[in-house]
Amino acid sequence: MDQVTSLLDGFGVVLSVYHLWLMLLGIVLGILVGVLPGLGGPNGVAILLPLTFTMAPTSAIIMLSCIYWGALFGGAITSILFNIPGEPSSVATTFDGYPLAQQGRAGEALTAAFTGSFFGALMGMLLITFLAPLVARFALKFGPPEFFAVYLLTFCSFVGMSRDAPLKSIVAMMIGFGLAAIGMDTMSGQIRMTFGVPNLMQGVDFLIAVIGLFGIGEILLTMEEGLAFKGKAANLSPRVMFQTWARLPRHWLTLIRSAIIGCWMGVTPGGATAASFMGYGIAKKFSRNSDRFGTGQVEGVLAPEVAAHASGTSALLPMLALGIPGSATAAVLLGGLMIWGLEPGPLLFIEHKDFVWGLIASMYLGNVAGLLIVLSTVPLFAAILRVPFSIIAPMVIILCAIGAYTVHNSMLDVGLMLLFGIVGYFFKKLDYPLAPLVLSLILGDKAEDAFRQSMLASKGDLTVFVSNWLAGSITLLALMLLFWPLITAAWSRLRAPRRIVTP
Amino acid sequence: MGLSRRVVELIVAIGILLAGLAIIIDSVHLGIGWSNNSPEPGYFPIRIGGILMIASAGIAIRAFLDGSPTAVEPFVSWERFRLVLAVFIPTGIYCGLIAWLGIYTASVLFIAAFMIASRKFGWFRILAVSVGSMVAVFWLFEIEFLVPLPKGPLEALLGY
Repeated sequence: MDQVTSLLDGFGVVLSVYHLWLMLLGIVLGILVGVLPGLGGPNGVAILLPLTFTMAPTSAIIMLSCIYWGALFGGAITSILFNIPGEPSSVATTFDGYPLAQQGRAGEALTAAFTGSFFGALMGMLLITFLAPLVARFALKFGPPEFFAVYLLTFCSFVGMSRDAPLKSIVAMMIGFGLAAIGMDTMSGQIRMTFGVPNLMQGVDFLIAVIGLFGIGEILLTMEEGLAFKGKAANLSPRVMFQTWARLPRHWLTLIRSAIIGCWMGVTPGGATAASFMGYGIAKKFSRNSDRFGTGQVEGVLAPEVAAHASGTSALLPMLALGIPGSATAAVLLGGLMIWGLEPGPLLFIEHKDFVWGLIASMYLGNVAGLLIVLSTVPLFAAILRVPFSIIAPMVIILCAIGAYTVHNSMLDVGLMLLFGIVGYFFKKLDYPLAPLVLSLILGDKAEDAFRQSMLASKGDLTVFVSNWLAGSITLLALMLLFWPLITAAWSRLRAPRRIVTP
Repeated sequence: MGLSRRVVELIVAIGILLAGLAIIIDSVHLGIGWSNNSPEPGYFPIRIGGILMIASAGIAIRAFLDGSPTAVEPFVSWERFRLVLAVFIPTGIYCGLIAWLGIYTASVLFIAAFMIASRKFGWFRILAVSVGSMVAVFWLFEIEFLVPLPKGPLEALLGY
């Protein structure tokens, strides 16, 4: 098959000593980032992104995707040992992971979590390998109206399908759009919303927003909980590892089911975090031991980890093939690609074949390497969290400040980061979702350009978005997803059985 | 802080409402209609501002009418907020210091300040950790990755 050849070519691109060293470095940095609070997925990638400006794009994306892997693996460590989810997608892992650790079975939980992650990620990558080129080829037919429809679909699904209050999702999204509009407008050359501040002419960079919101905001929030990290011991002897592996095939149905859930949720925008909860919930429903979930069931650790990693990986599929990120971290990676001048989307597969397949190949390698590394270094990383918070907190903040500064070599950005930190703190406490904000900040300009190009071509006719079957169906789907909660509410009311009231 | 969650929700929602208003005002003078068969620069922003105002008004109204138990409990207790401020204010000062002293010197002071405040460490450890880690960062960024960071008088003295 065409894809397999391309994949093998990709391996050829990746397998150099330099790249393997970058992968190693990336994974270790990623696990570190996943383990430390305030540095989870989107933020960690955002801070380390400027480090890669001096590298070739292929090398850079290899390191960044390995950081992504490492962060995903690392999030499970803190969830299980410290009951602190390192990532939003690791929250469900704490449900059964921490009880297992409390019972002295941390080794089992960790092995199960990492192996589950490996499996989920592998499924996601197979999906990408075989589907992404097809999606890309299909997307070649897309013109500005179709692209705008797809963006509309992304935004609507974030609002309609997420578990957060729709009004707050809308507000977050609009704020992101507003921030994206600041600066010079590319199509007319006019300057928007800078309110006289000259440095704002280049706009607000999404990296600053991400570092402030997810980094500083998270630290401020963590401070409320006090300054102690008391974790359970982690001994991961090879014997425990092999024992757990021997017992895993028993849960094959959970593995496959969670992987499917994860892949589906990852590809549909807005699904990444929800995937782990869904995986857990459905595994619990269908399990023979459902009432023991929450007290330390290995299955309860497998399901969310498989789902979370499958979705985290498959979130890269729409990102690569269409330029639509399925998760906040994928959104940051998308931003990185744009900075290097690589436009994600269908043309990427044609014009930069080496890059794309090199990336996909490195993901396979990174997954395997990540699993091996994380299994062997758990005690080391767990020990890092024993470092007193009075040392960790300032270090994380320093890293955030460095990250914010290196984007444009501007101190204003550091100040903006602080502002975003305050916003992040309040938003998180008030349950305003942050992912839509990041998403619309990154995609806002592109969506607006697509809209205006469509209008130019159609001479102001709004029906261009429903003029052909492709754009029309996507637009219709978008509107359906937007009003999904209302639709389901009305549907269930229609189907409620009529009750005969006996006096 | 004695502010209840409801009040903070209301304040934040009103703040967002005002931001939406600011967006609308800025868009109006950019032009909000059509010209040459395409929207003017203010077309998108004014609609964004409009949606923002409507949505945040909805949140504000909901917050105002919310009488549930979670809404009236305090947004954050004073002890917790003190801890947050204990991190935020030094961070603000630190960011200011970066511009003046350069990031490495400011960071050494920052880490040292936290370690001193925790009162768990002796002088040697404080110096070792704060200076040691910043030397490592210096190596990583300036020498290994060739990414320049803001420097101040100390580095100028040393010839960087």
